[in-house]
Formats: sequence, C-alpha cells, structure tokens
Amino acid sequence: MVTPDSNCANCPAHNSANLVKLGIDMSNFDYVVALAGNPNTGKSTVFNALTGLKQHTGNWPGKTVGRAEGAFQYSDKRYKIVDLPGTYSLLSTSTDEEIARDFILFGQPDVTIIVVDASRLERNLNLALQVLEITDRAVLCLNLIDEAKRHHISVDDRLLSKSLGIPVVPTAARQNVGIQDLLKNIHEVATGKYICKPYRMKSEIKNVSHAVEDLNKELEVRFPNLANTRWIALRLLEGDQRVIDAVRSGEIGSLTPVETENE
Amino acid sequence: MNNVEEIIQKANKYRWDIGENLHDSILESIYTDAARIADKAVTREGGKQKFDWDRWIDKLVTGRWTGFPIMFLLLVIVFWLTISGANVPSAMIASLLVDTVHPLLKDGANFLHFPWWLSGVLIDGAYLALAWVISVMLPPMAIFFPMFTLLEDFGYLPRVAFNMDNLYRRVGAHGKQALTMSMGFGCNAAGVIAARIIDSPRERIIAIITNNFSLCNGRWPTQILIATIFIGGAVPSFLAGVTSAAAVMIVAVLGVVFSLVVSWALSRSVLKGEASAFSLELPPYRPPRFLQTLYTSLIDRTLMVLWRAVVFAAPAGVAIWLVSNVTIANVSLAEYFIKWTDPYAMIIGLNGVIILAYIIAIPANEIVIPTVLMLTVLTTKVAGFGAGAGVMFEMDSVSDTAALLHTGGWSVLTGINLMLFSLLHNPCSTTIYTIYKETKSMKWTLISTFLPIAMGIVICFLVAQFWRLFA
Repeated sequence: MVTPDSNCANCPAHNSANLVKLGIDMSNFDYVVALAGNPNTGKSTVFNALTGLKQHTGNWPGKTVGRAEGAFQYSDKRYKIVDLPGTYSLLSTSTDEEIARDFILFGQPDVTIIVVDASRLERNLNLALQVLEITDRAVLCLNLIDEAKRHHISVDDRLLSKSLGIPVVPTAARQNVGIQDLLKNIHEVATGKYICKPYRMKSEIKNVSHAVEDLNKELEVRFPNLANTRWIALRLLEGDQRVIDAVRSGEIGSLTPVETENE
Repeated sequence: MNNVEEIIQKANKYRWDIGENLHDSILESIYTDAARIADKAVTREGGKQKFDWDRWIDKLVTGRWTGFPIMFLLLVIVFWLTISGANVPSAMIASLLVDTVHPLLKDGANFLHFPWWLSGVLIDGAYLALAWVISVMLPPMAIFFPMFTLLEDFGYLPRVAFNMDNLYRRVGAHGKQALTMSMGFGCNAAGVIAARIIDSPRERIIAIITNNFSLCNGRWPTQILIATIFIGGAVPSFLAGVTSAAAVMIVAVLGVVFSLVVSWALSRSVLKGEASAFSLELPPYRPPRFLQTLYTSLIDRTLMVLWRAVVFAAPAGVAIWLVSNVTIANVSLAEYFIKWTDPYAMIIGLNGVIILAYIIAIPANEIVIPTVLMLTVLTTKVAGFGAGAGVMFEMDSVSDTAALLHTGGWSVLTGINLMLFSLLHNPCSTTIYTIYKETKSMKWTLISTFLPIAMGIVICFLVAQFWRLFA
C-alpha cells in the first residue's frame, strides 16, 4: 500500500529537510557523533548549524576548551553530537589532543565528522589520517570551500573520497551551504548504509616495520576484534601510557568494531 | 603464551632498541601520505598572482612598529564609540524605568497599603537597583560587545596574541595567556575557564591569577562613567569624548602592564619555571557576518551578562536599603561604617563611601556606581537629589552625577583612584568561585582574591601621596 504519508517519508527531498535541531536535549539518542578537526576550521560553526545551539564561535584557535555537546534529529534518528577541541594531531602531546583522541578511541562514536579547511587541505589531512587510524566510521567535512574558492583552490571531493574511503562533503558552514548533504552522509554512515573503507597509513616507518609486524601479530591473536592492531602496536612502541593501560586492562579488547554493533 | 604483559614487555624492549626518533618517523610517514593524497585532489589556479590582502594586513597589524599603535587606536575607537553612543539610550531607559515606572509602583504600593518598610525594601531597594543596572549596563554592552565580537570574528584576536606573545614569554608566562587575557576583557570568569588551553599547570595558574587585571565588562561602565565625569570634565567639551576614551584605554593598558609585572614576579618566585613553547596559527581573515554577530553577541554576551547583573542587583538593592535605613540612635548603619572608614580611606585617596560600596558589591562589580551615588546622597544629606534616604536614583545626566559627587567632597584624585581601585581589587564572586573550581586549590583562590586588593591599596596610596605632593 502506498499512502501519501509513506510517499513523503520515502522521498529524499522530504528527508533532506528533515533536520530537527534539538539543542541540548540529548535524551534517548540513537547515535553518537564526534566532531574533530584542526583548530579554526569551523567545527563550532558546523556544531551550531546541526544543533541550533549558539555556541560562541570565534576566529581564533583554541576557542573550544573541553568539549561541548548537543543533539539533533534527522530522519527519525536522534543524534548526540560532541564538539571536540581542535587539535593538529592525535599523538597526545597535550591535554586537548588527549581529550579528542580518548573520545574517538574509547568513546566509540558511531560517526566521526572530520572538519577540514579546504584551503589548507594538506596540513589538515594529517589529522584526518590519524582519525582514520582509530575509527572505522567517519565523514570528511570539507569546510570553508568558499574561502578556498576565493584563493583559487579547488578540491576534487570525489577523488578525495575515493582515496580516503569515506564520504567527503564540501561545505561552507557559515553560509549553511552543504549542511543537508553532510547530514545525509552522517545518516548513511551511522545506519550502515555506507560502509567506510578508511585509508590506513601506507608509508613505511623507518626502522620499525619488524617490531610493528611482530607486535601486530601478537595483538591480533589476543584481540581478534580490533580494527587496527597496527596502530595499537605503534602506540605501544611509543609508550603511550593511556593505550598501554587499556591493553593491560583489556579495555582495548572491548572496543568492538562498529560493523557488528548495529544491525 | 599470548599474555598482554608479555606484549607490553616486548614493546618496551623494542622501544629501547628503536630509540627516540619514533615519534618523528611516525609524523614523517603521516605527512608523506597526507601530502600524496592532498596533491592528487587539490588544483591551484596559478598564474594570476592576486594581491594578497591577508599578508598585507598581517604585516601592518603585527608589525614591529605598527602593531601596538594600531591595537591602541582600535581600543580607543571602540571605547569612544561606546561612550558617545551609550549616553542617549541610557538616559531614555532611565527616564522610563525610574521617572515613570518607579512612581507608579510606589502609588500601587500605597494603594495596597504596603507597610513603609516593605515598599522600601522592594521598590526603593530591589526595583531601583534593577532599573539602574539595566539602564547603565545595557546600552554600553549592546554597543561594546558586538564591536568586540566583530573584531574577534574578523580574526584580530590571534594577532593581538601574536603581538603580546613575546612580552608574556619574556616574563616567563605562556604566550597563550595573551588569548585568555583578551577573553578576560569580556568576563574574567570566562577568561579563567579559557586558561584551560594552557597545558603547563604553572603557566595556567599564572594566567588565572592575572586574569583579573583584564577589565571585565562589569567594570567598563564604572570606568567609562568616572572617566567622563572627572577626566572628560577637566578638558574643553569638544575634547571630552576622546579624552575620556583615552583615559579608559590607559587604565585598560595599565591592567595589561600589571598582568605582565605580576606574571613576571610569580614566575620568578612561587611559580618558578621556563616558559613553554607553542605554535600559534594566524588564521585567515574572514569577513565578519554582521547580522549573525549582532544576534549572537546580543544573546550570548549582552543578555547573559545583564541577567547576571540583574540577579545580583536585586538582593544588593535590598542590602543597600537596609544599611541606610536601619538606624541605631538615629544614625544609620551605613553612616557609622562610612564615618569609621573615612579617615583610613582618605589615606589611599578614596573615601568611606567607596569602601562600603565595594563591600556591598562583592557579588557583582556592576552595581558599584549606583551604590556609591546612593551612599553619597545619604551621608552628605544634599537636598534635591534622589528621593530620600536609601533610595537609589538615576541621574538624568552626567552633569547631575558630577554635581552630586563634587558636593560629596570628590576630587579628580578620588575619580582617578576609583578607576584604579576598580581595576585593582578582588574578582567578583563568580570569578572567585570559578577560580576555585578550576584550580581546586584554596591557596591559589585566596591569592587570586587578595593579591589584587593589596596591590590596589598600595597603588592608590602611592598615587594619593604623589598627588598631594604635587597638586
């Protein structure tokens, strides 16, 4: 039976206008979304555009300290969204980096939105690649495309999406451009409609390949569920105390790969 | 056996063999991959080298010789616009809330046969305090905050930090303290929270203690009003606006100087250590979105700050009414206190009225000026001002306020010292609480509270001595 109602519900045009900004009402959420990115790429602006909150945005790095949380509803699913502090890396050299890293790794968000500045893509990708090392589900928000255009820079988002193995959405969050598209992609990744094949680091790291492979083998036996044991091996080699503790306590093993988490 | 301890042991052993370069090697590999991927996806239209505005503006606002003058100039312009723009709407709101609504409320209370003390506490105390705070705070904030937010939106703040960074590093503090200091110009509690961006605990405590030296919005109205009366009043009228704006700017800059001096003293004594390095990215300039900025700065900053002032003003209004109407042997508590502190206050170029006002206004700096005015009327028993003992009133114009303060024995010295004392005294209750929450230490909270008062007393004392010597 096709009723007019169900027609509406199935129509993409209807769904795309389906965003309900829930502000700070974070009850009964279905999915958790993390918002990561370099400082000053407009994470807070994206956050505000999605939640309808008015978190203060400012054109300076380090504006968001700690993390801000909000919620939105899209296509009958409720999302809790966490705005992480802006960082240049996840190698935990500072408190900010540790907050962001710990949330993505141990908080197990259903989707991580990586906000990058389209006009400074190369530098921003450093963080994006590190995020992809520790999560399987991510969407790249190619923000500030208006500014990139102003500087005569164009980014091939399809090619980028193919290289990274995750959806890439060009946006200009300040002008609300591309937000609907971003929502659609978040939804598809969260519901498992889009299966990410995240890029994993390929370049050989000098002098350590033997050690990494050795540890990797052992970790794979011990934690068969882990998505990226190679990364864990690298963290162990670097002496990352938080990860060492997580391996020791077995916490790392309980981080089930997300594919099996949702039906 | 596949034991986790064994894996960790193994990793530790490998780490020993690999040496210290692992971190750099990992970064190198990430950079290589990122560069390769970005290179494929990005096309840059070369050829037409457009004039780079960003670079040009940066050269100017962070230049060795131009950076600071431009900073001061911007500050003066912002203050001047605030001072000259706020008077008219202030007077309008005041005449509505005080001249029209207040008598109506009084009549209503009489009609309902309120006892005199009840209508006193509620209408002459709480209501008038609210009315005053709104009429004095709202217009300057509605002008100052949007302008400040526009500068912030445009990307000017990191440039300020860039200019200041070197100074802060030289005194042994963290360069990011320049950013928390800038935040403090809006609200010290916000500045104290913002100090979280500083990782080293030593430098963070320095940033927290010295944040109070950034004039917060609760103190801008005091600065602006007193500067208009005493500094602006001392020069020809066509120069008054600019001169008082300059005076406010000097006090603000003095605050920055104090924050540098105290940071220096702290990092050489109780908080010894080296300044840590950090990288500050100068973000590209972005055209500010005017309407959105107006909206968010009005909602986020103006109304929130106003709400806080209102919450604190009402009980303070009650307190003021009580201390000036509860009498022992026909003399009010306020008068006892003022008579008792006057001689001591005179030594530091202030008076008992100001001391009492600051004690009543500990919850919120915003209400210092109304308290001062009311107490002055009360103690000098001048006729023709206000509506009687303990009633807070609004001066229709700055000249009325000036006349009252002069009658109350105020001089230019009192004005200057009030401005200095407003810069150098304990943080407001919210900030003190925030400092405690952020540092979790009673010791640092107490130091942050009492250090500025001690400095204020010393500085005011010195200024008073010099003034009396030469003037």
